Amino acid sequence: MPTKSWVEVGRLDDIPRRGARRVTRPGGSLPIAVFRTANDEIFALVDRCPHRGGPLSEGIVQGRAVACPLHGWVIELDSGRAEAPDLGCTQTVEVRLSGNRILLSLPRIEAAAGLQWAAA
Amino acid sequence: MGNIRPCRERLVVIGNGMAGMRTVEELLACAPDRYAITVVGAEPHPNYNRILLSSVLAGEKTVDEIVINPADWYDEHSIRLIAGQPVDAIDRAAKTVTVAGGETVPYDKLLLATGSKPLAPPIPGLGLPGVRAFRDITDVETMIDAAATQRRAVVIGGGLLGLEAAWGLKRRGMSVAVVHLMPSLMERQLDAAAGELLQRDLDARGIAFFTNGQTEEILGTDKAEGVVLADGREIPADLVVLAIGIRPNIDLARAAKLDVNRGILVGDDMATSDAEIYAVGECIEHNGQVFGLVAPIWEQARVCGARLVGNNVAVYVPPPVYTSLKITGIDVFSAGALGAADDSDDEITLHDAKRGVYKKVVLRDGKVVGTVLYGNVADGPWYVRLMRDKTDVSPFRDQLVFGRAFAEQAGLAPPPVDISAMADTEQICGCNGVSKGTICRAILDKDLQTLDAVRAHTKASSSCGSCTGSVEAILAHLRGGAVVRREDPPLCKCTEHGHDAVRRAILEQKLKTIAETRTALSWKTADGCQKCRPALNYFLLCAWPDTYLDDPQSRFINERAHANIQKDGTFSVVPRMWGGLTNPRELRAIADAAEKYGVPTVKVTGGQRIDMLGLKKEQLPAIWADLNDAGLVSGHAYAKGLRTVKTCVGKEWCRFGTQDSTGLGVKIEKMCWGSWTPHKVKLAVSGCPRNCAEATIKDIGVVCVEAGYDVVVGGNGGVEVRVTDQLVRLASEAEVLEHVGAFLQLYREEARYLERTAPWVARVGIDYVRRRIVEDHDGRRALHDRFLFSQRFVQIDPWAQRAGGAAAHEYRVLAEVE
Repeated sequence: MPTKSWVEVGRLDDIPRRGARRVTRPGGSLPIAVFRTANDEIFALVDRCPHRGGPLSEGIVQGRAVACPLHGWVIELDSGRAEAPDLGCTQTVEVRLSGNRILLSLPRIEAAAGLQWAAA
Repeated sequence: MGNIRPCRERLVVIGNGMAGMRTVEELLACAPDRYAITVVGAEPHPNYNRILLSSVLAGEKTVDEIVINPADWYDEHSIRLIAGQPVDAIDRAAKTVTVAGGETVPYDKLLLATGSKPLAPPIPGLGLPGVRAFRDITDVETMIDAAATQRRAVVIGGGLLGLEAAWGLKRRGMSVAVVHLMPSLMERQLDAAAGELLQRDLDARGIAFFTNGQTEEILGTDKAEGVVLADGREIPADLVVLAIGIRPNIDLARAAKLDVNRGILVGDDMATSDAEIYAVGECIEHNGQVFGLVAPIWEQARVCGARLVGNNVAVYVPPPVYTSLKITGIDVFSAGALGAADDSDDEITLHDAKRGVYKKVVLRDGKVVGTVLYGNVADGPWYVRLMRDKTDVSPFRDQLVFGRAFAEQAGLAPPPVDISAMADTEQICGCNGVSKGTICRAILDKDLQTLDAVRAHTKASSSCGSCTGSVEAILAHLRGGAVVRREDPPLCKCTEHGHDAVRRAILEQKLKTIAETRTALSWKTADGCQKCRPALNYFLLCAWPDTYLDDPQSRFINERAHANIQKDGTFSVVPRMWGGLTNPRELRAIADAAEKYGVPTVKVTGGQRIDMLGLKKEQLPAIWADLNDAGLVSGHAYAKGLRTVKTCVGKEWCRFGTQDSTGLGVKIEKMCWGSWTPHKVKLAVSGCPRNCAEATIKDIGVVCVEAGYDVVVGGNGGVEVRVTDQLVRLASEAEVLEHVGAFLQLYREEARYLERTAPWVARVGIDYVRRRIVEDHDGRRALHDRFLFSQRFVQIDPWAQRAGGAAAHEYRVLAEVE
């Protein structure tokens, strides 16, 4: 197992309460949304709604959840899971506060899809 | 008997669709604690109503609205749901199921409800991007996306599914051709005469047909580009939808060495060749028959559910099936035999080609054995009842084809069913298989008062809605005729209070912030949600325009960023063009900006402005600064607020123009721009009754006439088109401005959040609006004054503020990392 590496991406005050900012990764990996709740908790998710890929960083933050701006799915910030009745999951990203500094531990992500036919 | 319950038997259901979940519901209704249930489904969704996918495609329903069992239903019944993972294998010896993720789930009883797969003809090109089945939510989402960006669709298959797909795509703006192998459409449900009427009507709606069309190949190299027919005809296409039929999905059953033919073979008890394994739905074959319609599948679920809880006598008898087509405005109904099988059968037909009405009833031994109805299908359920009850129709044979009312009027047919006399087992909702007894129990046990509540609890009339009248009749019967409707529905799940109640409280208790409002009204959540936060933010800024501090975090992204978010997360920018007027300097600035910022799409909007699409959020302040330099400001195309004032050229140029419609439009827009409203607001001014600016489908329209100005309100050109109501005829521009301002303020102060003027005017009534705006002169002037007062605080270009550095964090990424 590789040792965990933490990257500093900004400070708590850079994100408004009940808001989010985006961390981009020019290498081609998906961007990450970093959230700050009303209680100054910090969470991070891959910035992609499991429904149609909407940018969660643009959503309305409520409690420990965010509503996707495209079609209103509500995603839990701590688990990445969609709230009922929707089903789906966004990958969480490890994040921690060191004093006022926001630190991320970054994963790699990709996706695939397929289509199945029956022969006539 | 002691109280110790033995360890529960384990039921595993493969397939999280309608048939499987219906069976689970049936067995839970009999024995809620009998099984520990695990459901494994390949699709990553809760169980939804597949029949209604066509309504989602046509834009008549959302995906949420077709969910039958939401996620909490599984929790409530302690059902473990493994969604989004197909099953790899069944081990009958070990009695286990292996899921794609690798997990092995043991079972005592197994239920196969694996459904069906779309059929595909053996032709080249099936694998090309742009070729879809019409089978699940992913297919529909793909088709909706395609319709948004592409022009031409070919649907292969002119059956029920294919026609619903074709109509949905047409509704979404694509040009659509249907290729059908047979000479007439829906030949399994309709005879040739009805098929012909159907084709004629769909043709008139702009769908092209290629009947007797054998598809030979799907063309294209990187993506679908068209189809070629056997006779050489070639049809260009960006999207090809295959809807030629379905085939039972028997892969798992075959691999597990269960007896299969076309489908998984089951007996009258719904058991497969392995007594511990049952199967229901589109995957099975019973007495040589396979299934695609819902009614027989509900019956299978009922029998299978009963068998699973130990009932040894329940047997499956196929019920009469009927079909109807879900295309708005086209009524088709068919059941049983499509025509006489031999000389001893009789056909009675009524054919009014001009009116597009066709009815056929097929008789055998004095009883109805089939019907095909087109254009007027009201009597469909009656004919089905006559079929099912094997009623001797000889006494009213002469009236039969004219329908129930006619036959009953003649005193010959059995009397109409009244709700109180109806048996509890009588099925009311065919789509969801809900009986009268189920509806009555729900109404009484759960004290339901409204149609919506009955729908939520029983699903009756929640699908196609054709039984709504019966459900309302049952409700009225049990509630003594008084059906109670909520006057002021709750704002969202965070509160019991409705919009009107919240607005009243804000004014009466002088609540000045969102937090204060939530506390005063005992909100159930600390932060509110995406529904109530924008509503409260709006209510407060409408109530206290001079002092309320806007909360950007309670704004939807478009209003927070002052641009329209697109499906790929980019934004679009629409500068204001006052009354639709522009000039070379503005056009040059837009052209320069489009080139400088690499705008991929430049589009003229329906509101007479220019939309630049595909900008990254980080680019917005810079492009706004450039546009500001040419005098262009925000068009608020993203706002629940004043959007556009569309105009025609009016008497300055037009030989028919009666007034200066363009000039008046500009004056109205200068008065109203920047205003926040409960929903978006679009205006138009037409220079004469020819109405080139389409003022009569706008929130507020002005139609100029020789004698002055007709002000019309409450129109809408959206999903539900509504023509405006006439408010008043006025003599001067000054009066028009006062009435427009007053109307807008009344709407701002009294409508519910996200309620357009059309439903609002329909709800409160145009007479009420006339009283407030036309008849009450002092009231009108006060409304207009309040409008102008609130405008003092919002007519500041938000783009200029942000180009100057306001809210900079909104437009910058937090960090860029490797």
